[in-house]
Amino acid sequence: MTGTWLGMPPFPEAARKALGDTQLRTNLRKATGTIRGKRAAVVAERADWEALRVAGKEIKDRTLHNLDTYLEQLERNVTAAGGVVHWARDAAEANRIVIDLVRAADADEVVKVKSMATQEIELNEALAEAGIAAYETDLAELIVQLGHDRPSHILVPAIHRNRAEIRDIFLREMPGVTEALTDDPAELAAAARAHLRRKFLTAKVAVSGANFAVADSGTLVVVESEGNGRMCLTLPEVLISVVGIEKLVPTWQDLEVMLQLLPRSSTGERMNPYTSTWTGVTPGDGPREFHLILLDNGRTDALADDIGRQALRCIRCSACLNVCPVYERTGGHAYGSVYPGPIGAILTPQLRGVTADEVSPTLPFASTLCGACYEVCPVLIDIPQALVHLRAKAVDAKRGKPSAERAAMRVAQWFFGSSRRLRVAQRLVATGGRVLSRRGRIGRLPGPLKGWSGARDTATPPRRTFRTWWESR
Amino acid sequence: MRVALFITCFNDTLFPATGQAVVRVLERLGHEVVFPPDQTCCGQMHFNTGYQRECVPLVRSFVDTFADADVVVAPSASCVGMVRDFHGRVAEVSGDRGLAAAVAETAPRVHEFTEFLVDIAGVTDVGAYFPHRVTYHPTCHGLRLLKLGDRPQALLRAVEGIDLVDLPDATECCGFGGTFAVKNSDVSVAMGTDKVARVLATGAEVLTAADNSCLMHVGGLLSRSKSSVRVMHLAEILAGERG
Amino acid sequence: MTAREEILGRIRSALSTVDKTETVVSRDYEQTIEGDLVELFAERVADYRATVVRTAADRLPEAIAEQLAHFGISSVVTPADLPAQWVPHADTDAPPLRVPALDATDGVVTACAVGIAETGTIVLDAGAGQGRRALTLVPDFHLCVVRADQIVGTVPEAIARLDGTRPLTWISGPSATSDIELNRVEGVHGPRILVVVIAGAPEEVPQATRMSSISTP
Ligand code: SF4
Repeated sequence: MTGTWLGMPPFPEAARKALGDTQLRTNLRKATGTIRGKRAAVVAERADWEALRVAGKEIKDRTLHNLDTYLEQLERNVTAAGGVVHWARDAAEANRIVIDLVRAADADEVVKVKSMATQEIELNEALAEAGIAAYETDLAELIVQLGHDRPSHILVPAIHRNRAEIRDIFLREMPGVTEALTDDPAELAAAARAHLRRKFLTAKVAVSGANFAVADSGTLVVVESEGNGRMCLTLPEVLISVVGIEKLVPTWQDLEVMLQLLPRSSTGERMNPYTSTWTGVTPGDGPREFHLILLDNGRTDALADDIGRQALRCIRCSACLNVCPVYERTGGHAYGSVYPGPIGAILTPQLRGVTADEVSPTLPFASTLCGACYEVCPVLIDIPQALVHLRAKAVDAKRGKPSAERAAMRVAQWFFGSSRRLRVAQRLVATGGRVLSRRGRIGRLPGPLKGWSGARDTATPPRRTFRTWWESR
Repeated sequence: MRVALFITCFNDTLFPATGQAVVRVLERLGHEVVFPPDQTCCGQMHFNTGYQRECVPLVRSFVDTFADADVVVAPSASCVGMVRDFHGRVAEVSGDRGLAAAVAETAPRVHEFTEFLVDIAGVTDVGAYFPHRVTYHPTCHGLRLLKLGDRPQALLRAVEGIDLVDLPDATECCGFGGTFAVKNSDVSVAMGTDKVARVLATGAEVLTAADNSCLMHVGGLLSRSKSSVRVMHLAEILAGERG
Repeated sequence: MTAREEILGRIRSALSTVDKTETVVSRDYEQTIEGDLVELFAERVADYRATVVRTAADRLPEAIAEQLAHFGISSVVTPADLPAQWVPHADTDAPPLRVPALDATDGVVTACAVGIAETGTIVLDAGAGQGRRALTLVPDFHLCVVRADQIVGTVPEAIARLDGTRPLTWISGPSATSDIELNRVEGVHGPRILVVVIAGAPEEVPQATRMSSISTP
């Protein structure tokens, strides 16, 4: 498996493959079940949870509606505090800036804090090409990197791996690990600590993302658990943070909302073990150089869409993944993007463009519209609404080209056009149904009906519709 | 009360017994049922599959058909969700102000069957008799769009002779999802199969819900696995009578 | 056109139809909680499997010594401005220790800026008695002294007290990970042992913690 997402098949195809992996399904069910319970418990503790969600939504809407102003304010404040701000239109530009900065620091390796933005731009691959080694330091990212694998979850990229598989990866890939290592999570965590310790203590350059960037103070925020974030943000001489332009919040006070919503929604904790905040550089404390790279990479396209825009409120908590019945069964890889699950299904097609590749136009359809995601989203993103909206975009993008589905939809629309026509359709269904029926049931059918009938019987359509019954009363 | 029945195209064609049951319950409670004959489809399939433009004439025809009705009742949570939550969006897409105004008039008067019984007719005991072990699956649109809450269970609990048993993990989607069932049939079947396992674990004879579409999916899987569990719309249970 | 101009231009055109009046943020969530905050703080910190000790202010040096002895910490570093009597035999971080020296030290003792009862969090702001960030990160043992009057009820109260332009570290329990099957395991890269000593709290611990609108599970 390669590290990139190029050439991913349409969702239904990838999902079929994933569904065949029983180990994957067992791992996912166990992990998502655990986290769902924890989240529900800490959310239930807060009688004011709905008020927090409303505030979270409004803070992000306020940000998005005035994004230019807040970005300029952030830039001024970071610069005044001794940081350097860079702007990147796309992945290639962001990667180039990082590479140049690493070279300027005379380094050939970097330590990395888990960051969705750098995964999105495939920074590690770009660095490798430039001869720079990137060391992922978050445990799950390390598991993915050592396993030559791809992330499958926003919060826990190695969620598809269980403890035994993780032990095998460590045994195979981690220098100095012996057969004595068991699959006890505490031991595995200790092995990762030993493995990365020297890297942390000697690295010259660190690369991070940020969970939030505060416009009115110029402060960056990283929320984490393990302390790898603190290591990267504190010990190296040069810190480079790649941050999507939508990560802003207007004011320092706004963090009081976000820092309550995020940990409860993501790891199901009242507070995550460590949150670091920094503003520019502080002499004698932490890096001597700080570079902030503000990344667009498709975000402004999403911003231009009145309904799609709400996806930019996302704080990447992953609660929507953990409750999604589709995600739970397919895992994250089927979504063909670093953003899997419900949020991925609305974000990926917007960042890349709905017709960019094979997988993107199929993502908005990777949902039953059950609404479980909307129910938990801490910033009230109406994911089902956005899904349906993007479905329309996917359909509209293909108008003018022949499509069996559109032909069928047109026919259905015509029959629904009047009750007279509907009666004709009803007679066709009743007659056709009886032709196909055996012992009161319609079994497996070929052609376009295969998808439905492959695993499901259908009752024979009744001779009399409701309306004929009604008229005969 | 004079109640206009929106049967939904799906129930009209495939599940007329559900409509008949709705009529029986409403009339038993003393309401007058009318059936506007011009009705066809709410447009849900088109809308949810991305064919929003194709949906416009269907919405127009819906608001025309039910313009004069004070109260509209439909035995489908998902179609009512479509009307109440999304007809407005279709009108917006069409750019037709008149249509938007008509939708704003009509949509709030459309009620799901259990919603009508509990909130408007003010009953939970509809005088039904159904001596069977039953489990109830809250369909997603009933649960999360319409927020039906405990209404269906309250109605079922009042049925004489019923043995209503809880469905484990009830709030998890059954996997139907309209065209999802065909476009992503493998995932749909995987979800449905898990739902079937939970239904079987209850030992119920009957699985009921407020949407025949979800029941058709789960029922189809039950039937293929040669299970004797029947699926039945909640209205048909509420229509049950002694003797 | 520079990337900066281009991105800002794209944002402006994306928002051309959006109402630019500032969205009002409704802040109807809880700002404060009532009840015994010190008790709640102690309980919530302990939930993270940190060690929590309460002591009268005048017994602080003894309480610290007891914990250091209990965990077998022999070499200790402290920020230069930590009251010297708290840990009489500590090395101070002046001039700043190099990273390998910090790594060879058993533990660190510091003060803090704020404690948050509802979440069991301590916040360091590099102010008095706290030192630079590396100090509380590299050693494997961190003992943090929280004065009872530094404990606030909620996150909003903490945010109001803190200065966003200082480098902050919010700490809620020892370093942990949920990356293996989403189960929390303590002890990864940050200090694996966290001891929180609450100083100046009343001797008597009340029976129950009263809270107004935020209920305990
Ligand atoms: S969409 Fe909402 S629930 Fe999903 S990751 Fe983003 S913030 Fe969390």
